[in-house]
This record gives sequence, C-alpha cells and structure tokens, in this order.
Amino acid sequence: MSRSIAIVTDFERRFIKPAYLLLLFMMGLTGFSQMPIFKRYYIADIPGLGWLAEYYVTHVIHYLGAIALLFLMAYCSTVYLALLRRKYRLTLWAHVRVILLAGIVATGVLRVLKNLPDVLFSPGFTMTIDIAHLAFMMLFIAAAIGAALTKGGWLKEI
Amino acid sequence: MSVSRRTFLKTGAAAACAACAAQVPLPVSAQPKNNRELATLIDIRKCIGCEACVEACRDANAPKYPEPEKPFPRMYPARVKAEDWSEPERQAVRDRLTPYNWLFIQEATVRIDGEETTLTIPRRCMHCQNPPCADLCPWGAARKLKNGITRIDADVCLGGNKCQDVCPWAIPQRQTGVGLYLDLMPAFAGNGVMYKCDRCYDRIAAGELPACIEECPENVQTIGPREEIVREAHRRAAEEGLFIYGENENGGTNTLYLSPVPFDELNQAIAAGKGKPHLAAVEDQMAHGDRLAKAMLIAPIAGLAAAVARIYKVVKNSAGEGEERS
Ligand code: SF4
Ligand code: SF4
Ligand code: SF4
Repeated sequence: MSRSIAIVTDFERRFIKPAYLLLLFMMGLTGFSQMPIFKRYYIADIPGLGWLAEYYVTHVIHYLGAIALLFLMAYCSTVYLALLRRKYRLTLWAHVRVILLAGIVATGVLRVLKNLPDVLFSPGFTMTIDIAHLAFMMLFIAAAIGAALTKGGWLKEI
Repeated sequence: MSVSRRTFLKTGAAAACAACAAQVPLPVSAQPKNNRELATLIDIRKCIGCEACVEACRDANAPKYPEPEKPFPRMYPARVKAEDWSEPERQAVRDRLTPYNWLFIQEATVRIDGEETTLTIPRRCMHCQNPPCADLCPWGAARKLKNGITRIDADVCLGGNKCQDVCPWAIPQRQTGVGLYLDLMPAFAGNGVMYKCDRCYDRIAAGELPACIEECPENVQTIGPREEIVREAHRRAAEEGLFIYGENENGGTNTLYLSPVPFDELNQAIAAGKGKPHLAAVEDQMAHGDRLAKAMLIAPIAGLAAAVARIYKVVKNSAGEGEERS
C-alpha cells in the first residue's frame, strides 16, 4: 500500500491553493497601492477600502504578505523537490510562473534590503529594481491568466 | 518687550560668545571622507532672520526650478488639481516651502529667562538617515546619496505627491506641468514634479559649501561628518543647557537643531501647516520595515523546516508500512 500514501495531504489540498491565491491577490493590491492611484481613481473612497490610500498601512501589509509568501514558497518547493517530483512533473505554465515568481521575489528582496537604514544602492540600480519588480508582476498576471485559460495547472502526473 | 535674536546674543552671557567661537564651520571640507554621511548643525540662537540664506538658496538653485508648460494638460478625474507656483507673485513667496522656495525662516516667540524673545529658525528638508520619501518612492526618483543627501530627480519624478504624504514633515512641494509625466499619459497619471532642498548636492560634489551655509553672515550652520556634528551638538548642549532636535527624529536625520528652549515649546510657538513643517517629536517611520525584514529572513527557513517535518512523517509512515508488509 505504500504507493497510496497521501503524497499530497488533505490539509494541503484544502488550504495551499486558497492561501496562495489570497496572498497573491493581496500582494498585487498592496503592491499597486504603492503608486498614488487608488485615491485618484476613487477606489479608496469605497467604504472599507480607505486603507488602500494609506501608504504605511499597505506597506506593512505588503511586507507581511511577503513573509507569508516566502514561507509558502519554501514549503511547497521543498515538498515538491523531496516528495512530489517522483510522481508529478511541473507543467509548462508552472515553469513560466516559477521563473516569474522568482523574479518578483528577487527584486522584492533587493527592494527590502534597500529600505534598511544602512543599505544604499545606486539610483540607477534602484530604478531598475523598481521597474523590474513591476514588470515581473505584470508578466506574472499575464501568465496566470494564460494558465487559467488553458487550464494549465501546476502539476501533472508522470 | 520683544527682543530680536541679535539683541539676545548681545545681552546673553559669555556663554554666547564662547558659542560664537565654536561657530566657525568645522575645518573639514564639505567633502565627506570615505563616503560618510554629512550632517548640518543649525544653532537657532545665532540666526537673526535676515533671510540671506533664503536668497542664496534661490540664487544657487534657480537653474533647477521648474519651468512648466502652459496651459497644463487636462487631468482626469476632475478631483486631480493642478498645483501651480510658477506665476511671478507665487514664485516670490518666501514664508513657506514651495517648488521655488526650498528654505524659509520660521518664527517663534518664546520666553527666555522671563523675557519675550523671537527666535528665527531656518527650515528645509531634514535629510533623514532612512528617508521614507526615498524608501517609498515607487520609481526610485527620490533617493538617498552616500553623503547623506536625499534628493528627488526632477527628470524621473512623476509628481504623485507620495513623498510629501509619507514625509513626517511634509517637505516636498509639487509643481504641475513639468517633468516626465508630460511624455507618458498626462491626463491619467502623474501631476508634475516634487521639489525640495537637495542640500546643494552639485556644490558639495564640487567641494563647495551649500549656498545657504556659505552666505549666512552669522555662521548659523555648520556642516561636517555626522559623528562630528552630533558630538559638537552634544558638547554645546551640555555646556550651555541647549536642546537638540533631529538627532533621533524619524530614526535620525542629517540636520540637527540647537535651541535654548525645549522643542515642544518651540513647536507650540511656530505657525505649522502647509509648507510650514512642525518641530514635534517624530518616531522612526520606517521601523516596521527594519523589523519585518528580519522576519522575512526567517520565513523561508521556517517554511523549509515545516516541509522537512512533513516529509519526515511521510518517510516514516512509508518505512513503517514497508516493515509491516515484509
Ligand atoms: S525630511 Fe522628508 S523629504 Fe526630507 S529626507 Fe526626510 S522624509 Fe525625505
Ligand atoms: S542646502 Fe542648498 S538647496 Fe538646501 S536650503 Fe541650503 S541652499 Fe537651499
Ligand atoms: S542667513 Fe543665517 S542668520 Fe540669516 S536667516 Fe539665514 S540662517 Fe539666519
């Protein structure tokens, strides 16, 4: 019976996907709210959404989301590499999204470093990071839509 | 009786004279060694409110001032208002910060030794050590330089006003009708460029003093490596019973003020408001970023540990079942 050992637990089945989707949605929302657009376009006027125009609030949420996302990514990639790889392979869409997520994380981590008091990057490098973070995110959204439309999924059984 | 700054100094004790002697700018040039941060010390007692610094700043930095194109492009939605300081009478405004006035003199009438005294205080960007304006600028237009200057690149800034919103002193000021946003989608994003004191970064790079420091007849300001400035501020504060502002404000700034009266008293006495920064105590606005960055370091390790624990369980179970079967 060893083959039927739950390689993906019930808990994982139930929680990882919603957590991942919720996290990415919040990261997207708080990420875009770093630009001064939600107030301009009345979105922050919608009752309950006023916080979207509070830069410090959205900044803290974005950092908290990054912490949760890093935890989830480390968990999922370790479980995949150690266990699931024997039975599943990453789809093409999964590869695309992994690469883009890696880009988002790498540029995000650099931006967090830059915000520490003693870390200084050159102006050009800072701008490159900012624009690359945004570009990776836009491409990721496109890839997520592509994956959803083609029912790309993440894993396929070998 | 209202006593001017100069009278106060003249009638002041010998301490004031000693303080004057210490006013000569530090012998170090304005060029930082080993890229250390430069800070300025502003001894409020010495300022006579002559505004020579304000004029010097305006002269030295006039080439950097906005030259907006008019009429401004229409902006949507209607709530987005143009901010225009470019008409001659508005450009002439000197009693607050504007895109054309990066330094102004704030007045505070307080009682010193029972005598009513009017102090004059040069106000401009504090050049924070960990500036929220630069940390939170989404484009990297606002940035901190190695020598402790925070400046906004007028070629990159889109004028979204975020730096002013997150600055504890609301320092940067906007002019509509200039900058990069005009080349993008001026109707829908951006609203000009934000301007503030750049501590004469170009003059400093050329080994010169900032214009306001050079032109001040009373040597109110001293510039030098931050450690030296902090040490000097503490020395004078201890010897002459003065109060310091800016050393720890917002986690530390590169502008230290010395005052004969406590700053909460001064803060009560100044007219603070739009373009007129307060003198209240300020918590470190980016402290959350420093704390959460540490948690960010631990998060992947925690995720890895949770995964290892889970894998261990599976391996143990499968080993157990294997044994059962054999
Ligand atoms: S005082 Fe305001 S504008 Fe100046 S560096 Fe600090 S946050 Fe930026
Ligand atoms: S340092 Fe330069 S830019 Fe700043 S207030 Fe003085 S003269 Fe103006
Ligand atoms: S030039 Fe010096 S004395 Fe005159 S207002 Fe400026 S800081 Fe004060």
